[in-house]
Amino acid sequence: MITLHWVYALAGAIFAAFALLGVADKSNPRARRTAAFWALLALSMWAGDALGDLGNGVLVLGLVALAASGLGRGSGAVAEAERQERAGRFGNGLFVIALVIPVTALVGTLLFKEMPGWIDGKQATLIALALGVLIALVAGCLWLRALPVVPLQQGRRLMDQVGWAAILPQMLASLGAVFALAGVGDAVGGLVSQAIPQGSLLGAVIAYGLGMAIFTIVMGNAFAAFPVMTAAIGVPLLIRTYHGDPAIVCAIGMLAGFCGTLLTPMAANFNLVPAALLELKDKHGVIRQQVGTALPLLAVNIALIYWLAFP
Amino acid sequence: MWVLLGIAVIVAGFVLRFNPLLVILASAVVTGIAAGLDPVAILAAFGKAFNEARYVSIIWIVLPVVGLLEAHGLQERARGLIGRMRGATVGRFLTGYLLVRQGLAAVGLTSVAGHAQTVRPLVAPIAEAAAERQAGDLDDGEREKVKAMAAATDNVGLFFGEDIFLAIGSILLIKGLLEQYGILLEPLQLSVWAIPTAIAAFLIHGFRLWRLDRRLNRADRP
Repeated sequence: MITLHWVYALAGAIFAAFALLGVADKSNPRARRTAAFWALLALSMWAGDALGDLGNGVLVLGLVALAASGLGRGSGAVAEAERQERAGRFGNGLFVIALVIPVTALVGTLLFKEMPGWIDGKQATLIALALGVLIALVAGCLWLRALPVVPLQQGRRLMDQVGWAAILPQMLASLGAVFALAGVGDAVGGLVSQAIPQGSLLGAVIAYGLGMAIFTIVMGNAFAAFPVMTAAIGVPLLIRTYHGDPAIVCAIGMLAGFCGTLLTPMAANFNLVPAALLELKDKHGVIRQQVGTALPLLAVNIALIYWLAFP
Repeated sequence: MWVLLGIAVIVAGFVLRFNPLLVILASAVVTGIAAGLDPVAILAAFGKAFNEARYVSIIWIVLPVVGLLEAHGLQERARGLIGRMRGATVGRFLTGYLLVRQGLAAVGLTSVAGHAQTVRPLVAPIAEAAAERQAGDLDDGEREKVKAMAAATDNVGLFFGEDIFLAIGSILLIKGLLEQYGILLEPLQLSVWAIPTAIAAFLIHGFRLWRLDRRLNRADRP
C-alpha cells in the first residue's frame, strides 16, 4: 500500500539532491553549511523513524546550529531576456504543466479514497500532491527538453531563497507539543478566567473572541488556543451561565482565532514562508497586508457570536 | 505558572530578532525545565514531535517544478497573457482567486492551492502584471505590496473557507472538545455557522481589493 512514507522517501531524495547540488555550488559563499542543512533534512525524511526520539532531537540541534550560524544563498537564475524568449516559444503550455499539480491533487484526493487497498486514504491529498509533482516533472522535462538536473538545480535555487525558514513551521509544531506536555494551556486558561469582567454578557463574549485571537497570536495556532479559551470562558460562562448555543459559540470562536493567525509571525507557514518564497524584502509584508482584513473580521466575529448565539 | 516563561522567551526572542529556530528551541528548553523535565527528556520530546510533524515540510517538493517552469518563462508568460486581457485588474483577479480558494476549501480541498503550489508560480506574477498595467510603472514598495496581497488573499480564502467543510481538523477538534463537556454535536451543526464569517471575510477582503484597484488606477493620472 502506498503510504505517507513513500512521500517522505521522495521528499528525502529531493532534499538530498539540493544538498548534492548545493555543495558544488560555487555561487554560494556558504555552500557546505547550506548543503549540510538540506542533507540533515533529507536524513530526517528518510530515516526519521529509525533515529529514535533522542536521535531526532540531536538532528534538530544540528539543524538549528547550522541555521543560527548563517546559511548562504546560491544563484543560478536564467537571465530575463532568455526567459522572455522561452515564454514566447513555449506559450500557454507552461500553465498546463503548472496546473498539473493542483489538478492531480484534486482528482487524487477524490479518487484515492475509493482505493483503500492501494493507497492510504487518510493521506490521499499529500500522496496525490507528490504524484502530481512527479507527473509535472516528467512531462515538463520531456516537453521543454530539459535535463533532469535543470528542475533540481532551479529548485535548489528557490530552496536557498527560502533558507532555514523552510523548517520554521515544523519547529513551531514541535514546540506546540512541548507546550502541551508542560501544561502551558492550563496556565493561560487560569490567568484568563481571573481577568474577565463579572456579570456582563457582552464583556464575556468580547473576552472570548479577543482571547482566542490574542492567544492564537502568541501560540501561532488557533487549535492550541481553542481548548484553553473554551475551557476558561466558552463553556463555563457563555454556554453554561448565559445559555449560548454551543455550536455557534465554538464555530465562530474558532474563526475569531483564525483572525489571530493572520496577524502573527508564529504562524510561519502562512505568514513568513510566503514572504520568503515571494522574495519580499519585508519579512512581515504578508502580515501587514492582512491586518486590514483580520481586525474588522475579528470585530464581525465577536458581533456574530453576540447576536446569533444568544437569542 | 512558571511554564509561561516559555511564551515570554518566544515573544522576547522575536522582538529582539534572534534566529527564530534558536528562539523556538530555547523556549522549549525553558518550558520543559519549568515543568520539571530534564534536558534529555525535553530534547527527546522535541525530536519525537519534530519527526511526527515531517508532513508539514513535504510541500517543498513542488519547488523543482516551479523552478523548471520559471526558468522557461512561466512568470513572463503570465504577464504577457494578463497584459492582453482588457478589464483584468489586480483587484478583480484576486477577488476571483479568493472566491475559488474559499470554494475549494469549503469542499475540503485545502492543499490543492497554496503559497508554493499556486501563489509563487501563478497568482503573484499575474497580480503583479495586472498592477503594472494599471499603474503604468510600479515602484518597489507597491510591487512588494501587490505580491504580499496575493499571499494574503490565499490565506484569507483558505482560513475562511475550510471550516465550512465537515471533516476539517478544526471542526473535528470542536466536536471532540465539546464531547468532553457532555455536549454532543454533529459536524454539520458546526460547519454551517462558518458560513456567515465566510461571507463577511469575502466582503471585507473584496472591499480592500477594490480599494487597491482604485489606488493603482489613480496612480496612473498625475
